Amino acid sequence: MDTLLQQLINGITLGAVYALVALGYTMVYGIIGLINFAHGEVVMIGTMVAFTVIVYLAAAGVPPIAALTIALLVSVVVCMILGWALERVAYRPLRHAPRLTPLITAIGMSIVLQNVSMIIWGRNYITFPPMIDKRIYEIGGATFTNVQVAIVTMAALMMVGLIFLVHRTKIGMAMRATAQNPHVASLMGVNIDQVIAMAFIIGSALGAVAGGMVGSYYEIAHYQMGFMLGLKAFTAAVLGGIGNLAGAMAGGILLGVIEALGAGYIGDLTGNFLGSHYQDIFAFIVLIIVLMFRPSGLFGERTGDRA
Amino acid sequence: MNLRFGKSMPWLGVVLVAVVLLAVPFVAALGGQAWVRIANFAILYIFLALGLNIVVGYAGLLDLGYVAFYAVGAYTYALLASPHFGIHLPFWMILPIGAALACFFGVILGAPTLKLRGDYLAIVTLGFGEIIRIFMNNLNAPINVTNGAQGITLIDPIRFGDFSFAQTGHLFGFTISGPQKYYFLLVALAIVVIVINIRLQDSRVGRAWQAIREDEVAAKACGINTRNVKLLAFAMGASFGGIAGGVFAAMQGFVSPESFSLMESITILAMVVLGGMGHIPGVILGAVLLTALPEALRYGIEPLQRMIFGRMFLDPESLRMLVFGLALVLVMRFRPAGLWPSSQRRRELAEPAD
Repeated sequence: MDTLLQQLINGITLGAVYALVALGYTMVYGIIGLINFAHGEVVMIGTMVAFTVIVYLAAAGVPPIAALTIALLVSVVVCMILGWALERVAYRPLRHAPRLTPLITAIGMSIVLQNVSMIIWGRNYITFPPMIDKRIYEIGGATFTNVQVAIVTMAALMMVGLIFLVHRTKIGMAMRATAQNPHVASLMGVNIDQVIAMAFIIGSALGAVAGGMVGSYYEIAHYQMGFMLGLKAFTAAVLGGIGNLAGAMAGGILLGVIEALGAGYIGDLTGNFLGSHYQDIFAFIVLIIVLMFRPSGLFGERTGDRA
Repeated sequence: MNLRFGKSMPWLGVVLVAVVLLAVPFVAALGGQAWVRIANFAILYIFLALGLNIVVGYAGLLDLGYVAFYAVGAYTYALLASPHFGIHLPFWMILPIGAALACFFGVILGAPTLKLRGDYLAIVTLGFGEIIRIFMNNLNAPINVTNGAQGITLIDPIRFGDFSFAQTGHLFGFTISGPQKYYFLLVALAIVVIVINIRLQDSRVGRAWQAIREDEVAAKACGINTRNVKLLAFAMGASFGGIAGGVFAAMQGFVSPESFSLMESITILAMVVLGGMGHIPGVILGAVLLTALPEALRYGIEPLQRMIFGRMFLDPESLRMLVFGLALVLVMRFRPAGLWPSSQRRRELAEPAD
């Protein structure tokens, strides 16, 4: 069963990236109930910034690992600022507007970011320079690379860090309080504006890391890459139960594995009637089926109808 | 139409609108047939936006996959009236088939998922739209149904007997080009959908939709069968999408999956929200503006750049979309309820939020 193992490994790698991006959606949604449609674009900007810094540093003769680390740090900082600015410009003024209004500004910001990126980085695919010497390991007939190991390890570390932040620190407590009830939280002395801004900033930082991972995994970047990535990650967040951190992580991994397995087996299952270019529909079909039976996602709380 | 100009002379407004509507294709033709086509698209988008308005504006169901139904209608027309399968049915048979098929898909999607809460429904409809698009893109093997990414060409134009909408013809001494003929057909269709929207608004089912939009639990308690009524909204919106798709296919003579991307759904939704959800004149305004703005920018940005910088400074295509995105953000920022909201909605928003 080397296909099975191979697709599982690939799926977990992809899923780790989805999970990191999904966390950004779910944090914002959990606190203010807004689908931050521009989050995929933040991830894309993260990839692009990392790319630029790497190319610049590599030309200056900085050793690869150092260049990679610096690039990641720079892109995290840029994305944090971007996330903060997004919240300030597009969402905060509309906090009491009708529900669909911020959705449209989010879409507007997403269009803006895509085109800014196209103006800066051009409309062609850009290839990442290979920074790490790729080592290939073999286990039971399946192969994986050190890049994949790095991605999964780093994603796991980020998630542990986030859980620690949300459950063990003061700002985390403020976030959880705001998510439960913003009015009461503000009466208890929580600065709601600050908490919401923090959710955007942390989500964007995670997105930047995910962006760097996507770049080094596929070794390719494009100004439209954030769209599908964001869509999948949002699907993952909904799959796990949007607003729920553990749900986003599980949903991300699950979605990555389902997609990889689907791509690996769809030909066999349908007698080669459907090929692997149907890979993208698995995410959505699984989503629809899961929501039919668990309308709040796999880990979402069963909320009653809102009064 | 509730346009409210000239209360003392209610017919004046109607006459004025009629005159403007009659004049548009001829005035636009002065700038070239391309402008007539843009006018046609504006009206097609009015049609689509009003169809989506039933789902989003009246019933309050956020549908991000509306373009799927548009695609179903367009492909139905393309497959039943093109050399692809060698079938050439007349349009008056295909449009109802397309509407029925789109309606069927709407019910298939809606029946299991309409119990979902707002944003969950949004992502499911979005996923459905993507599924339809992926199938259109890939159903060229092993049996070639949709011809994949190349799309289907040489689709029959709409024709009544010998009167074809594709060629230039003469009518009452006027020379009327193909796009101008489609313009009048589209206006007629748009008037039908506007009348349906107006009649629905104050009908029993329209009020039921609005009740569900405002508070689903209360609506249920008032004895509204929320599931069926929501399903009706979904199916009705889908059928309008199907008809619009059919007309689109006939008008273009060509369909490909590219025309039915998620961005298209989002644009239609933006028309509804930007104009003023649930308010018919607002939605019409939104559709016209969002069709005209990118086109105006296409023609306006290049000379403007040359004037300011003396050369092409930035890629005009990306600058155009950049301005479009900024316009969405700014309009929503300063007019959160849309450009032309209904008076009722404006009142609600004027009250201090809780």
